[in-house]
Amino acid sequence: MQNIQDLEKILNSELNTKIKSSLIKHNQIYLKIDEADLTEVILFLKTNSKTKFRQLIDITAVDFPENEIRFKLVYLLLSHEFNQRIIVEIDVKEKEIVGSITPIFPAANWMEREVFDMYGIDFKDHPDLRRILTDYGFEGHPLRKDFPLTGHNEVRYSHETKKVIYEPVKLEQNYRNFDYESPWEGTKYIKEQTKE
Amino acid sequence: MAKESKTLNLNFGPQHPAAHGVLRLILQLDGEIVEKADPHIGLLHRGTEKLIENKTYTQAVPYFDRLDYVAPMNQEHAFALAIEKILKIEVPIRAQFIRVMFCEIGRILSHILNVTTQAMDVGALTPTLWGFEEREILMGFYEKVSGSRLHANYFRAGGVHQDLPKGLDKEIGKFCERFPKIINDLELLLTDNRIFKQRNVDIGVVSKQDALDYSFSGVMLRGSGVPWDLRKSQPYDCYEQFEFKIPVGKNGDCYDRYLCRIEEMKESVNIINQCLANLPVGPIKTDDGKISPPPKKEIKQSMEALIHHFKLYTEGYRVDKDEIYTAVEAPKGEFGVYLISDGSSKPYKCKIRAPGFSHLQAMDYLIKGHMLADVPAVLGSMDIVFGEVDR
Repeated sequence: MQNIQDLEKILNSELNTKIKSSLIKHNQIYLKIDEADLTEVILFLKTNSKTKFRQLIDITAVDFPENEIRFKLVYLLLSHEFNQRIIVEIDVKEKEIVGSITPIFPAANWMEREVFDMYGIDFKDHPDLRRILTDYGFEGHPLRKDFPLTGHNEVRYSHETKKVIYEPVKLEQNYRNFDYESPWEGTKYIKEQTKE
Repeated sequence: MAKESKTLNLNFGPQHPAAHGVLRLILQLDGEIVEKADPHIGLLHRGTEKLIENKTYTQAVPYFDRLDYVAPMNQEHAFALAIEKILKIEVPIRAQFIRVMFCEIGRILSHILNVTTQAMDVGALTPTLWGFEEREILMGFYEKVSGSRLHANYFRAGGVHQDLPKGLDKEIGKFCERFPKIINDLELLLTDNRIFKQRNVDIGVVSKQDALDYSFSGVMLRGSGVPWDLRKSQPYDCYEQFEFKIPVGKNGDCYDRYLCRIEEMKESVNIINQCLANLPVGPIKTDDGKISPPPKKEIKQSMEALIHHFKLYTEGYRVDKDEIYTAVEAPKGEFGVYLISDGSSKPYKCKIRAPGFSHLQAMDYLIKGHMLADVPAVLGSMDIVFGEVDR
């Protein structure tokens, strides 16, 4: 058993130039690194006898549309031997291509496909980068913050053509996002209406 | 004269009863041997993560019931724990006991379903009929405590929604007395059954290393001989107060995974019994008015309670800016929630880590070289539920 402070020290001494910042919070290590060092760091974490993060738990991205570097990619790893978790983060620009870690962890295959599907982040040397959760022929990346909650298309069975057809979403009432946090100023859409 | 061999592409699902839901599996067959399997998932994709980003924390809980819909409360648990860790809420001990008890009920629910449907996939019908009678009783407990049989919406950040109704603990106790006999009956039907063994022993073997590489968890990992259970290794709520064993398999085949599940059910009964024997009295949710709603009778008397009630059911509670990953040992494996809060009353990002997703990913690796008839057996032993795979 190795305690988390020691582990952080080991990481900082072994990987010193590659780590942008490290932090211990909620009994987990949060590591910020550069995109260029990703595969190297992940391989180190997996194979080094002092870290042994041998299981990749998940890969996900977070969208910050207002930032210049729009996405944050997050890799969650688990070490059974030392009973520790680590969260590795990299910043990714829109349309930047990230190295795939599928050769290191076969489990990364679908996880990267999901990130590609949901956020549109491309992975270099991925064996099979297709959409995974969305429909065949789907357009757009649903988990981006600028993708509307209702989506673009809806599906129904058409009796005339005897097949399932796609149509632009028609809502009886527009989706309303109530802003409960500042009830006295009125919600945004009312403000916009009163201005006009 | 040598016959020319030709590979055949076969669509398994999405409307096949042994596909356990809406899996479309494209199999490349050489005769009856599977050369390649390509699972197409997402047919049940509802955009849970996107929806959660647009709902308050309280409104997000029901979405977790709809992930792995055979063990709903285990998922709610992961989400509740994530919020509690960020807000640093103390959960009253009675609430912790109730949550553990219902998580174990969820585990039994899920394992009964899996064990019996796996038996059905390989040709045995009776276990399903016997097992589902018990599931019915367990879902009755869900209904008594939360109001609904499946989509409970019962766990809250800081405790549970309401206390156990009078007499429910005795009913659960009675069930626990009777249930080991039912497990025994199921075992009599299956464990030494010649056909069941022929269909499961040495099928879908996973080595220790591959189980780790494919990020298996839960029974899939333990069946291959890795003693890893989050309830023991990273205990949450009051799990460290209970005594229970972690069954571990030896060969990593479908049969070992079946045995693990049977043993886990026995351990779950054991935990529920311990819960009932030591169930403390006291509050069932945190008394912090900023997080948990006040009791109805206080609303009529106290101005503050009324304001709290109003704010909690319109804006919801705010969660400080933070980022956290919490995981629980759901019946199918490690179910995790990666939550990013931005100080408002809605999550900025909520990634759900479903165990079935990584298990199904390994389908190609598991089934390669097996016969077509082994596909349902392997699929059954992976314990796939599409609610959580597709999210």
